[in-house]
Amino acid sequence: MNRGYYLFIIGLLILLSSAGKIIHGFEGFQKPYNFPEPVYEMAKNPVTKEGFELGRKLFYDPRLSRNNTIGCGTCHIQGAAFTHHGHDVSHGIDDRLGSRNSPPIMNMAWSKAFFWDGGVFHLDLQPLVPITAHAEMDEKMSVVLEKLRKHPDYPALYKKAFGSEEITSAKTMKALSQFMLMCVSSNSKYDKVMRREGEKFTKEEEQGYKLFQQKCSGCHTEPFFTDYSFRNNGIAIGRNDDRGRFIITLDTLDAYKFKVPSLRNIDVTVPYMHDGRFYGLDKILDHYRYGVQNTPNLDPLLKQNGQLGIPMTDEEKARIIAFLKTLNDPQFLTNPILAEQEFLLQYDK
Amino acid sequence: MKILSKFLLFVLLPTIFLGSATKQVAEPGKNLVPLFIQFDNRVGAQDLVLDTKEYSNASGESFNISQLQYFISNIILRRTDGKDYAIHQDDSYFLVQENKPATQQIKLMVPNGDYNQLTFVVGVDSLRNTMNISRRTGVLDPASSMDNGMYWSWNSGYIFLKMEGESPAAPADPTGNRKFRFHIGGFGGYSAPTINNIKSVTLDLPASGIVKARKGRKATISVSADILKVFNATTNLSIATHPSVMFSEYSLNIANNYHQMFTHYRTEN
Repeated sequence: MNRGYYLFIIGLLILLSSAGKIIHGFEGFQKPYNFPEPVYEMAKNPVTKEGFELGRKLFYDPRLSRNNTIGCGTCHIQGAAFTHHGHDVSHGIDDRLGSRNSPPIMNMAWSKAFFWDGGVFHLDLQPLVPITAHAEMDEKMSVVLEKLRKHPDYPALYKKAFGSEEITSAKTMKALSQFMLMCVSSNSKYDKVMRREGEKFTKEEEQGYKLFQQKCSGCHTEPFFTDYSFRNNGIAIGRNDDRGRFIITLDTLDAYKFKVPSLRNIDVTVPYMHDGRFYGLDKILDHYRYGVQNTPNLDPLLKQNGQLGIPMTDEEKARIIAFLKTLNDPQFLTNPILAEQEFLLQYDK
Repeated sequence: MKILSKFLLFVLLPTIFLGSATKQVAEPGKNLVPLFIQFDNRVGAQDLVLDTKEYSNASGESFNISQLQYFISNIILRRTDGKDYAIHQDDSYFLVQENKPATQQIKLMVPNGDYNQLTFVVGVDSLRNTMNISRRTGVLDPASSMDNGMYWSWNSGYIFLKMEGESPAAPADPTGNRKFRFHIGGFGGYSAPTINNIKSVTLDLPASGIVKARKGRKATISVSADILKVFNATTNLSIATHPSVMFSEYSLNIANNYHQMFTHYRTEN
């Protein structure tokens, strides 16, 4: 046991020291060259190293849940672009199931509304939902704050981040926002091609990009590959009759509309749609080719010239998929500063 | 910019409109004296008793009340010379809860003077509903409002009034209980317009006595809230047909009903 154990510890220490170096070079929030100005008002919550690190610790801390078993990172796994890889809907506390697919956490600084129905309009208010939701973390905010106040480390971390040991809802939410704001995915092959950093599309990817612009970019607008609107994309109405955006606006014209998801890192965010019904990229494209149903408020782009769906040959489909894979951002998916550090830090004392 | 213009349309405009009617007569901070508003929740002429007492509404349905709470905010007092004094915005949010008597007495600080009109909002104005989280303190803090069940996290916004109870008229819910639940909120929407249940109540005081706020005194305006009005005012609400009303069009009827439940019945100077 001992030898393996020591090797393990040495490995951890090496990991820790390298992580430490990266954090040492913390540069705060950087707007990528090919992105517009953020929607989030950065001046109202400037990202600092200390605030970000506190947010990261909170993000991975299961104390945010009623029985200390579920953290934000449970259903938002970095390697899956902070989605719950392989889960159509997530199992939260006591293995309770939700009704919507866990969305990615990336490029939140540019997001205008949160959740599939856009019911939350500010990033700072977003974590309140999973923390208190019955099927997710099922905890009371006041109890979360009480647990953090009693913790040996948090008061000092709040002081480092926000100037005083006082632990409040606002500071907690702002720290979580700082972590999420740093989850920027902007280094895919697509980005490097667009920024002319030396990478080039293959012929198939290039053709796929042109087809994508013709057939998909009406909703999946660059550079985020979403226009952040709410649309009905013609998938069959779910058995639970989830009416999406209607629940928030009570406008019948919003029934069955859901937020257009970003396609960045789409290759690792399987399954797809608000209820995770499609388990493959080809299934999505086949839906647009053959599966679009004329349900209430179907998006006009999906019934042009009296035809439902988007016409596409097998060859075109293959090319579009080749292009979509250029949206993978391995740097983001493996960036050590976004990973859980808590375990490593235990050995730092 | 597009977002901002929508924001202006749905959120700021109504607020500016509300605000423009207010002329402040004194700067807050100096020489302010206490003034109290006492909220007495009633059922008709009787004092409301939680859980144990049975009541009946205009539809002839018997019921009890297990919880009642509502936000009171944006308090304005009109002085006898016609000038308005608006309580400083940050100090103007209160949650009145039937199970916590201390919350039923609201303490305000106002300039020394005689006042003959009281105006308040039942609920939380749209601006505060959309304000940065660091400005949400006291009863608006998520650690308070959410614990009290007065905030919808999934559809960002405060619940303005919550009333729950049991009634044999209510159909059995999935747990087998016969409960009714009214959770009324909706500030008009952030980026798309939706229901707005923000209600402003104005009570003229002279009939039951103008209030004289003086240093060292405990001037108190007593206001009754008759919860029978929740069931029966403009709309005749039946528990049997609407046992559960939350974020829905029908909630407009309930808000219009409870809008009429407040009466000024006594002043102590």
